Amino acid sequence: MIAEFGHFALILALAVAVVQAVVPLVGATRGNPAWMAVSGPASAAQFLCVAIAFGALIHANVTSDFSLLNVAQNSHTLKPMLYKVAGTWGNHEGSLLLWITILALFGLAVTIAGRNLPPGLKARALAVQAMIAIGFLLFILFTSNPFQRLDPPPIEGNGLNPLLQDPGLAFHPPMLYLGYVGFSMAFSFAVAALIEGRVDAAWARWVRPWTLAAWIFLTCGIAAGSWWAYYTLGWGGWWYWDPTENASFMPWLAGTALLHSAVVVEKRDALKSWTILLAIVAFGFSLLGTFLVRSGVLTSVHAFATDPARGAFILLLLMVMVGGSFTLYAVRAPALKPGGLFAPLSREGSLLLNNVLMATGAGTVLLGTLYPLIADALNMGKISVGAPFFNSVFLPLMVPMVIAMGAGPLLAWKRGDLAGALGRLKFAFGLAVAAAAGTWILQGGSAGPWWAAGGIGLAAWLLVSTATELAGRIRLFQAPLGEAVTRARRLPRATWGMLLAHAGVAVVILGMTGSAAWKSESVQNQRIGQTVTVAGYGFTLESVKSVPGPNYTASRATFEVSHDGRPFAVMTPERRQFVMPPRPATDAAIRGTLAGDLYAVVGEPAGDGVWVTRLYFNPMIPWMWIGAAMLVAGGLVSLSDRRHRIGAPARARAATAAATAAKA
Amino acid sequence: MRRLLYLIPVAVLGVLAVFFIRGLGRDPRIIPSVLINKPVPQMNLAPLPGRGDTGLATADLKGRVHLVDIYGSWCVSCLVEHPTLLDIQKTGRVPIEGIDWRDEPVKGAEWLKRHGDPYDRVGMDPAPGYTAVNFGVTGAPESFLVDKQGIIRLKYIGPITPEVWEKVLLPKIRELEK
Repeated sequence: MIAEFGHFALILALAVAVVQAVVPLVGATRGNPAWMAVSGPASAAQFLCVAIAFGALIHANVTSDFSLLNVAQNSHTLKPMLYKVAGTWGNHEGSLLLWITILALFGLAVTIAGRNLPPGLKARALAVQAMIAIGFLLFILFTSNPFQRLDPPPIEGNGLNPLLQDPGLAFHPPMLYLGYVGFSMAFSFAVAALIEGRVDAAWARWVRPWTLAAWIFLTCGIAAGSWWAYYTLGWGGWWYWDPTENASFMPWLAGTALLHSAVVVEKRDALKSWTILLAIVAFGFSLLGTFLVRSGVLTSVHAFATDPARGAFILLLLMVMVGGSFTLYAVRAPALKPGGLFAPLSREGSLLLNNVLMATGAGTVLLGTLYPLIADALNMGKISVGAPFFNSVFLPLMVPMVIAMGAGPLLAWKRGDLAGALGRLKFAFGLAVAAAAGTWILQGGSAGPWWAAGGIGLAAWLLVSTATELAGRIRLFQAPLGEAVTRARRLPRATWGMLLAHAGVAVVILGMTGSAAWKSESVQNQRIGQTVTVAGYGFTLESVKSVPGPNYTASRATFEVSHDGRPFAVMTPERRQFVMPPRPATDAAIRGTLAGDLYAVVGEPAGDGVWVTRLYFNPMIPWMWIGAAMLVAGGLVSLSDRRHRIGAPARARAATAAATAAKA
Repeated sequence: MRRLLYLIPVAVLGVLAVFFIRGLGRDPRIIPSVLINKPVPQMNLAPLPGRGDTGLATADLKGRVHLVDIYGSWCVSCLVEHPTLLDIQKTGRVPIEGIDWRDEPVKGAEWLKRHGDPYDRVGMDPAPGYTAVNFGVTGAPESFLVDKQGIIRLKYIGPITPEVWEKVLLPKIRELEK
């Protein structure tokens, strides 16, 4: 009964979305305030309907209602409660419903937070948002109904893929979706601006916080996914250039570029049509990711159960939404008034360079991801594009970007003083060279990979130049300390956010370089009692015991780890055999230190009292997570800037908006 | 001229759309091997202990269509496809020949006793597994369809599911039997 209720709520949501897509749009064209105002209650009603449907599906999962096909296929009574709830979005239908729920949530948020928005822009943006909702509601109702009944109901469900039964993965999809779907806001605002034919600083000020929020979630989601891959796939890697990963990385790159170009629109009224294009592209990449993961056109380690019919539907959605807005862009963007001019060597110039490099980066990732598909369609044979392509094409693009990232913030708007900036960056340059040289010597010259020195040097460059920028802003060492502290306190939070995020990138680069360059690993048949030494740590296999879990049985190995002759840690990796579906999964044991992670995996028995074990020392990995946390923190600090805070734009601006509203 | 620049995004999307539409009808898991349309490589594999057959040799794969399946008791995905192989064996549609790859004889035999034995003949290809290399195997499970003349006609990477059997293997078998 509750399931039917949920199904009905979804149909109702579709009807509401149609109203929300049509009435406010017509109202905005005709200048009818009452019609425009429909967008508010409509978005609230839509969220309510979708939330009821989502709640109904969670209810069915929690109560193990196997009369629903979706629950029977993916759940099991023995599954722990956390995964019963999280399992709601661990499959195609449920995750799609989550997608739609988040979309409706963002619509509601615009209605609530956007009270000061110009009513025309708000009505149009919410109408566009509703059009996206229509597409996805049709998709879920016609091809992927999560409330499909099963008659007769089975006694027990099929269970969830054990790889997905992991706390990291329970919260990773909602994060990612908040990011993907969050970009729909920038998209809706961009399309609304194209319809209006006007993009100005106020528009950018409205779009930035939404984009920033989406970017924060996406960054969290990617980091969580990477962390999950690191500790469950069991071989110490954290990024595989897998199509599904690329699907989340491309919108991240486009979104990062969008964040930066929106700054230029806000401050300097330039790069408008480029910013609009990025807003469309960022959401387009999100849709493309959805298509790639669910259509079966590419193979991936974690694609959903795939189906060409669904793929065709998403492709249609992608073409209508992105194709439609690109066409609108081709028609309307040339008419956008070009704004402020700037010299190539200026803050704008460096942000544009950053944008071009980001966009090129996203383009190469797109090419690498789709190349197997293109080659197959052209009968050039089945090809897989792996890490070597991405590493040799994408990473070199990031080198000039990091260099520009260090120098850009020191340049002035409009026309920068290169000589002055270079003068201030002498220290950063010197330290970067010193760090690279030091790395080279410490790793024993060509005993380690040549690029390790480059990576560490780049990280040092970015870190020190960001610190130089901070010191310059607060006149550290130039003015008395008290004044520097006062200045630091007065520095806008957006600036703090930027500095923190840039430093975060530097720390991420440190972690990536270290873990890729100096990993040590050892795979062997290890006897009980035998000690294997990896990177100075002695791993003694004490025992392997059989331990029951809630829906699996595990072989748990106990390693006594010693360092410098002293006991250091006890690590207990597990190898789990799940009951339903009958599949094994590894649970690596990780002991983190600032210098790196000890990482132990136990494999199959290789004879009496002998086990296959894999032991790693992954240097500097924790720095990656610290850096990612700094990125997220930087985003949050910037989001809390008072200029972004809802209801607190400068009064004059609110007055102007009110005046425009009165005129409209 | 400047207006044309603004058409680039929609043009790029249009080109991508063509590839996506073509890609929807294809299964990226069917991988053509360099050995497609080539005879089965020369082999003469020893039998599994206690199984009662004489192992697997190139000559055994002639006269009718065979499904050759590479597996190992160490291979987890092989366990996934195992029930499907048992079902196929029950239908008697095609004989399944097993190559027990990089395995120990006792373990390979025990594995079949424990999980059921869908194979007609089984040949041992102990580590380093030269025969599998000659087949161009990249991992287990992998399966090949061999026609009456002993020529490899299809390679499938990954576990065989009922769907793969219905949609990929069975149509090809029908075609080869004509």
